[in-house]
Amino acid sequence: MHSPANSSHGRLPQLDALVITAPGINCDLELCRAFELAGAHVETLHVQRLVREPALIDRFRLIGLPGGFSFGDDIAAGRVLAQLIRQSLYPALVAAMQRGVPMITPCNGFQIAVQSGLLPGPAAGGRWPDEPASASVALTQNSAACFSDVWTRFVIPANTRCVWTRGLTCATGTDVIPCAHGEGRFVTDDDTLAALEANGQIAIRYAPSDNFNGSQACVAGVCDASGLVFGLMPHPERYTRWTQHPTWTRLDASQRQGDTPGLRMFKAAVAHAVGVPA
Amino acid sequence: MPATAPAPATGSNLKVHRIEVRPRRGQADPRGAAVLRQIESLGLERRPRRVDHASIYLLEGDLTNDDIARIADELLADCVTQVAELQTGQPPARSGVSLIEVHPLPGVTDPAAESVQLAIEAMLGKRIAVRTGQRYDLHGVDAKLARTIAERLLANTVIHAIHDAPYIPASFPHGHPYTLAIREIAVRQLGDAELEKMSRDAHLFLSLEEMKAIQTEYRRLGREPREIELETLAQTWSEHCVHKTLKSTIRYREMPSGTDAPGGWSLLSSAAQRPHHDVQPDGTVVIRNLLKATVAAATHELIADGIDWCLSIFVDNAGVIAFDDEWAVCFKCETHNHPSAIEPYGGAATGIGGCIRDVMGTGLSAKPIAATDVFCVAYPDVEELPAGCLHPRRVLTQVVAGVRDYGNRMGIPTVNGAVWFNNHYIGNPMVYCGCIGLMPRSAIKGDVHAGDRIVAIGGRTGRDGIHGATFSSAELTDTHADEFSHAVQIGNAITEKKALDCLLAARDQPDGPLFRGLTDCGAGGFSSAVGEMGKSIGADVHLDRAPLKYDGLSPVEVWISEAQERMVLAVPPEKFARLQQLCDDHAVEWCDLGEFGTPTKELVLRWHGVEVGRMDTHFLHEGLPTPTREAVWDPAWSAIQRGESRRSTLTTGGRFGLSERAADLAKALEALLAHPNIASKAWIIRQYDHEVQGMSVVKPLVGPMAGPGDAAVLQPVAGSTRGLSIANGLATGLSADPYLMVLAAIDECVRNLVCVGTDPARIAILDNFCWPSCKDPRNLGSLVRAAEACYDGAKAFRTPFISGKDSLNNQFVTENGTTIQIPPTLLISGFGIVPDTQQCVTMDAKSAGSALVLIGATHGRLGGSHFALLTGSQGGELPITDLTVAPKTAHAIHAAMRAGLVRSAHDLSEGGLLVAAAEMAFAGGVGLEIEPANAPGPATSLVAKCFAEEPSRYLVEIASNDLAALQKLLSGIPHSVVGHFVTKPVFVIKGADEQIEIPLDRLRERWSTDTVQG
Repeated sequence: MHSPANSSHGRLPQLDALVITAPGINCDLELCRAFELAGAHVETLHVQRLVREPALIDRFRLIGLPGGFSFGDDIAAGRVLAQLIRQSLYPALVAAMQRGVPMITPCNGFQIAVQSGLLPGPAAGGRWPDEPASASVALTQNSAACFSDVWTRFVIPANTRCVWTRGLTCATGTDVIPCAHGEGRFVTDDDTLAALEANGQIAIRYAPSDNFNGSQACVAGVCDASGLVFGLMPHPERYTRWTQHPTWTRLDASQRQGDTPGLRMFKAAVAHAVGVPA
Repeated sequence: MPATAPAPATGSNLKVHRIEVRPRRGQADPRGAAVLRQIESLGLERRPRRVDHASIYLLEGDLTNDDIARIADELLADCVTQVAELQTGQPPARSGVSLIEVHPLPGVTDPAAESVQLAIEAMLGKRIAVRTGQRYDLHGVDAKLARTIAERLLANTVIHAIHDAPYIPASFPHGHPYTLAIREIAVRQLGDAELEKMSRDAHLFLSLEEMKAIQTEYRRLGREPREIELETLAQTWSEHCVHKTLKSTIRYREMPSGTDAPGGWSLLSSAAQRPHHDVQPDGTVVIRNLLKATVAAATHELIADGIDWCLSIFVDNAGVIAFDDEWAVCFKCETHNHPSAIEPYGGAATGIGGCIRDVMGTGLSAKPIAATDVFCVAYPDVEELPAGCLHPRRVLTQVVAGVRDYGNRMGIPTVNGAVWFNNHYIGNPMVYCGCIGLMPRSAIKGDVHAGDRIVAIGGRTGRDGIHGATFSSAELTDTHADEFSHAVQIGNAITEKKALDCLLAARDQPDGPLFRGLTDCGAGGFSSAVGEMGKSIGADVHLDRAPLKYDGLSPVEVWISEAQERMVLAVPPEKFARLQQLCDDHAVEWCDLGEFGTPTKELVLRWHGVEVGRMDTHFLHEGLPTPTREAVWDPAWSAIQRGESRRSTLTTGGRFGLSERAADLAKALEALLAHPNIASKAWIIRQYDHEVQGMSVVKPLVGPMAGPGDAAVLQPVAGSTRGLSIANGLATGLSADPYLMVLAAIDECVRNLVCVGTDPARIAILDNFCWPSCKDPRNLGSLVRAAEACYDGAKAFRTPFISGKDSLNNQFVTENGTTIQIPPTLLISGFGIVPDTQQCVTMDAKSAGSALVLIGATHGRLGGSHFALLTGSQGGELPITDLTVAPKTAHAIHAAMRAGLVRSAHDLSEGGLLVAAAEMAFAGGVGLEIEPANAPGPATSLVAKCFAEEPSRYLVEIASNDLAALQKLLSGIPHSVVGHFVTKPVFVIKGADEQIEIPLDRLRERWSTDTVQG
């Protein structure tokens, strides 16, 4: 597997991030890269190995479940890997969140998370159930029934609890994020949506004019009640340097100052994870 | 895991369960709505009011009611948006609704079924058989019209069955165990006519000379060939595998040009100076091995002349060049024309899948980092559709879907491409798929030693794709869909993705790779892959060990099957156990097919220990006769042929004259922007994930208004700002003289690359020849000219060819016997080094106040241009690439970019000056006042200045105070300021005596015309 940095011995204490890969996962390298740029030390583990030894998860302080087409996504996006997680990894992942581990699940990861009981998770103040809950939100076919690769403008709701996006503000023209999916239309019932909104669990929305997949209430990403688990259809891991911006050749120096919005999400999570016990 | 048995084969006492999954009441049905939209573009007299879609799953196996309920609710349906119905199949609820169900035919790869099967096994521990299908309820149409819609849109009967009632078979068809029978084919006593008949009837597609060479060999051996041996020869000697035309000896002569024909370049004047060319006393030129004498010769001469960054050329599955001190990049481009003609979705998907495997099978395996696709099809409003042809609209939408579904699943960004329309592609669409890989420089070369295990990994072997290699050497006819349905393959990307992950892990072991060499199973299947790897040492192959998709395959079928997603590795015995473990960890199937190397260096084939074939590898690889082929260049004939092929139904033939009035120039500009060759390809580009892997720097669409970028740029090595650019050149408009066409294509590819910041001294290119039948000496004559242009162009630009491929029988014979030849089509793919991605330039205009400079001369040759198409004429003389000025121009522009002078740059190509300038303006949302009369060069006609598509011309945007610095770099190269960018969002054309102003939005709207999807 791809292990961008070799595990080191005798270095200063490091923040270990786990990137979970599986057959058909294909955004793992850029997710590793984003964690590394944010200061974490990354290890990639194959889901088959984790299923055999779920305790391997226990030593990580950040977790990423990348995008792709897990197991082919032939039935529906994320369906088969979500089954596997429900059966084998759910308790270990919940234990990690209870330790305070931030987890990001972009694109296929988000589709998997909502089907394996990880998102949107128990209501505020509630406990994670022992068995994974059945899905209460869905990411289903885009309204045009077609895969689409576009950058969209985004809005971070002011009340969000999400440790990845809370307080993120961007220079005009840089508040865009790449999306590439065929099944990203967010659907839920009105009560669930109202509860998520009231509780600050909407982590990111498409700008209303850029809601290309027809998502309910322009929801692009949600978090659990603790704000640690962040699922989103866009790919912040593909926006960690300015030359990935679709019109970067026209951005002036002031717009390109500092880190990209994508990288800032990872840095926020890494900063949060510093306080998490290993 | 080693091969497990195929799914249960005892069908009699097992019940087939049917589960339908449909949207919950009140939920949207995007797929049904999309089908309804597509039906509207069919132009039927009646159409449905509404379409409902449902997915069908058929499960055969011992399942309890609880099992079925769990499968339906937890695996197949999403509880928020969908419901699952368990049923024996309900007819439509209401009258006035016609039902269509589409199910893959038995034996056709069904990735969804494989996925469900594995998931059920994981969930319940039961291995059952699964098939899937799609159900469409069409409201408001009768059964007959529903059937028409099904045949034209929803199903391809080559791979699908169409049902008009819910389909629920009593049991699934299952294969029957195979009983060995070794067939000998008597050839030793046959006469010429009988040999030819056998070649055709058995789908060997070997020539008489080749059949006779085989006859002679078996007479020498004193026995008849066995079927498997004859098949091996046919695969190995196929045009597809051995490029026998391009490698043959050719006698070439030129006819004098007729009055209307392009005259121009003659080989005779320079033949004596060219390698492997002999001028005969009778004025003909004999060329020994055309490929070696032209394409390859150029590269070898460039290497001898100091180019030191070509690491592996023409010998491996892809050509390899240095990227930096540590990394290398490789590029391969393939066509998959014939399969795509019959089944466009599967044909294109397996086209890209095969090309990706070529990259995976280069050296010790490269990681695929980008893909390209170029399609040539008939116009979407073509009026006459010959029997046996699919509609070009369907061909194009389906090939796009095929590349999308395979490339996206593999996680490989499709970053560059083109579409070219010409009605002579009606029966023979061109589907080019390219793939680029990244590898450590230490991994550029593989090897095979005697004693290495022959290990196949990845997909299972089935009957799919049998005779694909020989099929590709045949001419298509209206009955091919029936005759060759078995040559069509459906891919399963996830199988290939798993194999890729596993291979890279095996390559990157701390103590070195777990294999010594590898190749992919492409055309010819195991026969080509094992045969090629064991070329000099032989191989002992146990065909019964290959895992099968279903029972009943004969050893011949296993040996030549072109089932997808298979790789063959040479594994040192001491590393075999570790490789097995790694495969198991990645859930990749593997099998040990035997051993490389035999005492006699023969290829020995066995079936459960019984020898079924034995062949001398020397005869197999060197025994192919190379007769001298006749080639004639007949410019008058060529002009007539290609002139006909340029007739198009989408053009407004005759409406455009040569008026220089600004209003007429504007009208022509708008028509050109909407021409399907020029119009936006966003509908294709957006369906591809062109950013996966996170390497993207310049994307296919650029600027705030998403204009057409010239080339893609990637940053493949994390932490380094060194870039890799990717582009193509295609100048089929000039096919009346392939010499000029190919020079223009190379020039276009270089221009595209230079426009984004590529160093023109670090560009490598690839050739893909697609030609009509070269048994016709006139077509072979045009092929020779194209190859000579490859030599001249590559040397002049110092852009070595590193890989190439040809497809030489692209013509279609209609029911009534008319032959439709494609125009000679040569795709140049190129990639190059961008020294610093921070300096990349895009084509969108940046700011009001800057000047637009046209660099390169306009001579006024409108031949082959899109403007000529509009006027319904040939346009006169074809443009000529000046091989002295062109490379100099490219280097000067690169120097200007390195100096930071260039704000935007655009290749001036299809459509000419006004089109390119308009694209820059609307992509950036910056107004432009343009004065085409200022275009430098000898052209006098304003129309020619506006619309000629002559090569070696660039448009660059320069800050006014940088003009002097630019001019210094351009000394000796014609250039002048032709426009000024302005704040107002308009495009102003200054005509002969008046000017016209067009809103940018209007131009962009015209460019966004979608003539394909309707």
